[in-house]
Amino acid sequence: MSNIITSTDINAALGNNAGNEVPIVNIRNLNVRSKSAHILKDINLIIPKNKITVLLGPSGCGKTTLLKCMNRLTDLYSELKLDGSIEIDGEDILSGKYDITQIRQKMGLVMQRPFPLPMSIYDNIAYGLKLKGVTNKAIIKEKVEKHLKEVALWDEVKDRLKTSAQRLSIGQQQRLCLARGLAVEPEIILADEPTSALDPISSRVIEEEFSNLKDDYTIILVTHILRQAKRLADFVVFMYYGEIVEYGPANEIFENPKTDILKEYLQVGH
Amino acid sequence: MTKRNLIDNISSKWMIVCLSFFLLLPVAIATGLVLKSEDLLSAHSLSDLIFSSDWSPSEGQFGFWPFILSSLWVTIIALIISMPLCLLAAIYLSQFAPKWVLEFMRPVIDILAGIPSVVYGVWGVLVVVPFVGETVAPFFNNESLGYSILAGALVLSVMSIPYILNMLLEVFRQVPIQLGEASLALGATKWETIKHVYVRKGATGILSAYGLGFSKALGETIAVMMVIGNVVQEPASVFDAGYPLPALIANNYGEMMSIPSYDSALMFGSLLLFVIILVINIVFRYLIYKSEEK
Repeated sequence: MSNIITSTDINAALGNNAGNEVPIVNIRNLNVRSKSAHILKDINLIIPKNKITVLLGPSGCGKTTLLKCMNRLTDLYSELKLDGSIEIDGEDILSGKYDITQIRQKMGLVMQRPFPLPMSIYDNIAYGLKLKGVTNKAIIKEKVEKHLKEVALWDEVKDRLKTSAQRLSIGQQQRLCLARGLAVEPEIILADEPTSALDPISSRVIEEEFSNLKDDYTIILVTHILRQAKRLADFVVFMYYGEIVEYGPANEIFENPKTDILKEYLQVGH
Repeated sequence: MTKRNLIDNISSKWMIVCLSFFLLLPVAIATGLVLKSEDLLSAHSLSDLIFSSDWSPSEGQFGFWPFILSSLWVTIIALIISMPLCLLAAIYLSQFAPKWVLEFMRPVIDILAGIPSVVYGVWGVLVVVPFVGETVAPFFNNESLGYSILAGALVLSVMSIPYILNMLLEVFRQVPIQLGEASLALGATKWETIKHVYVRKGATGILSAYGLGFSKALGETIAVMMVIGNVVQEPASVFDAGYPLPALIANNYGEMMSIPSYDSALMFGSLLLFVIILVINIVFRYLIYKSEEK
């Protein structure tokens, strides 16, 4: 494919259409390869602060891999080789100079299916705080309450904070996982198809949370649900087979798609 | 149609028959052992049989306490050695080691598990007994010959490693990788993730692996018998010889049957083993139940 987007194009897109957005993530020439495949090809991407940036594209196009690169969960897969740079707040997290645990605490991760930690509801939230070195029990208690309220879960669980998180419904578990991520006070929320395992009502609740959270957080949302992207996105990154095909403000992407691939995708819807 | 229904009907029935066989087996064994030890049980009080140390079959005295003690000592020490080793090895193999190491280790573990216990026994006699007698015991100013509880426990711990390790590997394989990712994404180090997430998530499986390992180690006969000395006494230290229950039964069954009640006493010994294993299983079931609640 010839229409690979370069960082110049992106700067142009941002400069022309989005005003002077402050970049929080700046990805340059990122390539990810496994033994048999070139999973991400020359990714150049700037993600502005306090906006919802949606990574859109068909299954298997590399959205999740791109997301995992941003907090280096790719480290867990020894077969993946990364090159290029990913700057978060100006620090290149691929350079190996920085403490990965601290970089990861700048980001809250919400996965496709909720994976509550094998402990109580309370401890699920307190876990990240304790990792950060917070030992004062009163502070932990206060933050647990604050973040459970933030995801509208507090009223449902306040009487059973000490019971196992596994007993919550799947929608509640997903909100708990979001709260768990927020508790470490990240700047960025990485969400990988966070509603794909949820019923429509729970999905709506999560979507509403995201709209509310964007005042305080930068949200990077992977989805293949077109309507969800339309409801939430400020910026859209359309990916296809490991490449960024189009990038820009949401209204522009949805109303004036430039490439045939995107036009077809928008028509078919998945 | 009717033929298919008939087959369907029969197939579910014979499965129930198979299952009831497994359910009946332990009951049948227990009943058989109780009946066979009737002779002894009617002549002696239960507490005398269990807690007395007086073992003089020719005078009609059957105190099983030395055997029970030996069995428990050797099993517990063996597991104290092997349980943490297996846990750490399983964590390393499943979380840290490159894939090929795990692939390489699997057949190695299977081979270790498949070695006949008499071979472990010979290794024990040739290596472990002299090691205990000539190196470890003198270090603690003890004049052990080497045939001891400690030698038995060392051999038994090595024997139980492949068995427990295999089960633990399976336990850690079943923890979803996303759970680890969730913990790492919150800023946990790998070790924190293992400690708080993997071990906790696997607690139930770890407990059942240990429980099965305990039962199996308690019943191990030949290898332990070859290195433990087989002296009827209450072992006072790990350097003393012991005489575990399985060794008692294996050494004496079919011999000295002219002594009255001896046959019955050996059956009672088997019954004791059976009951101890039953109790241990119940204890581990309870622990597993508790860990599932969390």
